[in-house]
Amino acid sequence: MSMWWWILIACGLAYLTKLSGYFVPAKLLRSPRMMRVAGTMTIGLLASLTVVNAVASGQALAFDARLGALAAGAVALWLRAPFLVVVIVGAAAAACLRLLGWH
Amino acid sequence: MKLLDSPAVRVGLSISIATGLYGVSFGALASASGFTFWQTMAFSLLMFSGGSQFAFIGVVAGGGSGIAAMTTAALLGLRNGIYGMQMNAMLRPSGWLKYPQAQVTIDESTATASGQSDPAEQRRGFWTAGVGIFVLWNIFTAVGALAGDALGDPKRWGLDGAAVAAFLALLWPRLKGREPWAIATAAALATIVAIPFVPSGVPILVAAVVAGGIGWFSHGRSDEGMEPDVDPYPHSHSHDSHSRDSHSDEIHSRDDGSAE
Repeated sequence: MSMWWWILIACGLAYLTKLSGYFVPAKLLRSPRMMRVAGTMTIGLLASLTVVNAVASGQALAFDARLGALAAGAVALWLRAPFLVVVIVGAAAAACLRLLGWH
Repeated sequence: MKLLDSPAVRVGLSISIATGLYGVSFGALASASGFTFWQTMAFSLLMFSGGSQFAFIGVVAGGGSGIAAMTTAALLGLRNGIYGMQMNAMLRPSGWLKYPQAQVTIDESTATASGQSDPAEQRRGFWTAGVGIFVLWNIFTAVGALAGDALGDPKRWGLDGAAVAAFLALLWPRLKGREPWAIATAAALATIVAIPFVPSGVPILVAAVVAGGIGWFSHGRSDEGMEPDVDPYPHSHSHDSHSRDSHSDEIHSRDDGSAE
């Protein structure tokens, strides 16, 4: 199946998820356990996406300039930099480390 | 001009600018990951949920399949269903209004509305942030997509490093206290262990199961992980969003009180 289909299905699911909150009987979603799972899963997914983008190279682990981006991004966040600055700092760190020969 | 006298509208506008601007990083990363201009725009127009959008392109950029990307994005969007339920109870939209309102139900619009106590202000805050972010996010996605196309080799510009920093920045505001750190660490370890054994993209789903399992089997805050990427009220509360806690109490008491 082409990438377009997966994009459109994902977009449809995203909208139906939002809409479900407005139509599903509150009892179902209101359960504290469901709310907790949605929240802890959000944390887990974002942590995992951070790790995958930092160290995964296909099915291998690679320690390259992206680790520098991770560290630089963490420092920027620690200093309370806004989102866009954090992203630019991450890019700059990876680009600089590559210029210095660490791929 | 009178509209600008409303605190909710002012908060909504500033959160729109802060959040909308980083659409440029999504647009640039999407085009660097090989998505066409219109695919990139489809994410921002139709999916419209920053975390899920970054997740989809992040999985594909890492060599994951379309179905793994779709599943990751869908799981990351689950919290929007909770927000929809909260906003339905708080703003009580009439029939047709629910459909457009659902599309702009995201972290930031929910947080902006939840920080207000007057119902009219809650409504103004929700719509200012929701529509404001939607418009700016899409404009800046387009800018980023066009700029990303012009950049050439994404690695030379460190765009893979930008993706790492972007996910960390999305995670960061949710790491308040020991529990979210523990969940994040468990998910990170599960990911690293899984990477060599399963196809690309699947380690993220393994981590989702681990984190979801922790939520299912343990007790704690029911609004864990529900912090917006950019906090509309950075100075009015320190740790957990007090307003949102009191709001969920409000839902309970209101529903308990209504005749069914």
